Amino acid sequence: MEATKEQIIQYLEEITDPEVPVLNIVELGIVRNVRYESDNLLVEITPTYSGCPAMRVIENAILSTLTEKGIEHVVIKTIFSPPWTTDWLTDEAKQKLKAYGIAPPEKVEKLNWMPFSNANKKVSCPFCDSSQTKLTSEFGSTACKSLYYCNNCQQPFEHFKCI
Amino acid sequence: MAAQDKNNKDIFEYLLRLADDRLIIGHRLSEWCGHGPIVEEDIALANIALDCIGQATNLLKLAGEVEGEGRGEDDLAYFREAIDFRNLIMAELPKGDFAFTIARQFLYSAYSYLLLPKLAESKYEPLAAQAAKGLKENQYHLRHSSEWILRLGDGTQESHQRVQTALDDLWMYTGEMFEHDDLEQQLVKEGITVKSVELKPEWKKMVSDIISQATLKLPASDIYMMSGGRRGRHSEHLGHLLSEMQILARSFPDAKW
Repeated sequence: MEATKEQIIQYLEEITDPEVPVLNIVELGIVRNVRYESDNLLVEITPTYSGCPAMRVIENAILSTLTEKGIEHVVIKTIFSPPWTTDWLTDEAKQKLKAYGIAPPEKVEKLNWMPFSNANKKVSCPFCDSSQTKLTSEFGSTACKSLYYCNNCQQPFEHFKCI
Repeated sequence: MAAQDKNNKDIFEYLLRLADDRLIIGHRLSEWCGHGPIVEEDIALANIALDCIGQATNLLKLAGEVEGEGRGEDDLAYFREAIDFRNLIMAELPKGDFAFTIARQFLYSAYSYLLLPKLAESKYEPLAAQAAKGLKENQYHLRHSSEWILRLGDGTQESHQRVQTALDDLWMYTGEMFEHDDLEQQLVKEGITVKSVELKPEWKKMVSDIISQATLKLPASDIYMMSGGRRGRHSEHLGHLLSEMQILARSFPDAKW
C-alpha cells in the first residue's frame, strides 16, 4: 500500500538541516511538494541559497530516510519558483532558532540594495532580548546568517538573514 | 524540428554567457579565501563567491539539459577550453588588490541587479525562475560592494587612490556588458531576454551616484572598449584561471569525495 502524502511529510520532518540542526527540512520550507507520478514518488525541493552546500546532503538524506521506510522509486526534483523566502518559517520554527541562539528573521522587506540600508535594522539579542545590538557583517558562517554583536550582554550572535 | 534545434542552441549559448560570468567571477572571489584583509571580509567574499558559483551551477545544469547531449554542470565547468567560455573579459581579470576586486564586483553587481528583474519576466520559465532567485542574493552583493566603494573612496588617501585606479583600469571592460549581437536580437524577439544596451542609462546613473558620493571620479566614457568574451576571445588570464580551476577534475575524471 502506498504511504499517504501526510505520512511522507512526517517522514521528511525527521530530517534536519545539517547547518541548522534544530530545524527540519519541512518547516524550513525546503520541501515544497510531495506527489505520486505514475510509479514514482516525486519530492520537490527548493534551495535556500543558490550555492547552499547542504542541498546535496539533504537530497541524500531524503533518499536514505524514505528507503528505510520502505518507500521505493523516489525521485527528487529541484525547483526554483517561487524562490525560497524566510517568510515561510513558522512562528514555531522561529522560536526554535532563538532557543538555539540564532536571532530569527523578521518579515522580508522590499528589495533594497542601497548601501547601509541594513545597518540600522532592529534585531533583538537571542540571549538577553536587548535591542542594543549592532550589525558586524552581513555575512556569517553560512550563507543564511549574518553577524551581530549585543552591546548589552557583550555577546556576538548570529541572525538568520531575511530574504 | 530544425527551428526547435536552432532555438535550443541559442538558449544554450545565452545560458553559457550568464553562467560563465558567475562561475569565473565567483572563482576570482574564492581566491580571497584565507587572504582577506580582515576576517569579516574574508568570510563575506567567500559567501558571495559561493552564491555566484551556486548560480552558475544551476544555470550550467539547465544549459546541459537544453543542449541535450548528456553534459552536466561539472562537464561544462571543468571540461571546456577557454575558447568555449562566454564570460565577460572583466570577470577573468586577476583579483588584484582589495580595491580592484570590490570595484569589479560593484560594476558587475549593478549590471546584474538591472538584468535579473528583466530575466525574471522571461518567457523561458526555467530561466525566469532562476533569475528571480538570483536577484535576492544579488541585492546584498551590490549593497556589500557599494558600501566598500564609499568607505574606500571617502577613506584615506591611499584607499581613495587605489579604488580610483581600479575604476579607471576596469572601465574599458564595462562596454561588453551592454553589447548587442545577433543572438541577443533573436532572443529579444522571442521574449526570452531584453536588449542589454537599454539597461545602460540606469546602470550608469546607479554607478555614478555611488562613485560621486565616494568622492571618486567617473572615468571618461568615450574610451576604447574591450570586446570578445561573448565570442570566446579572452585575455591570457582565463587560461591560467582554468588551469587551476580544472586541474583536479581533469587529472582525476569522475573523482568523488
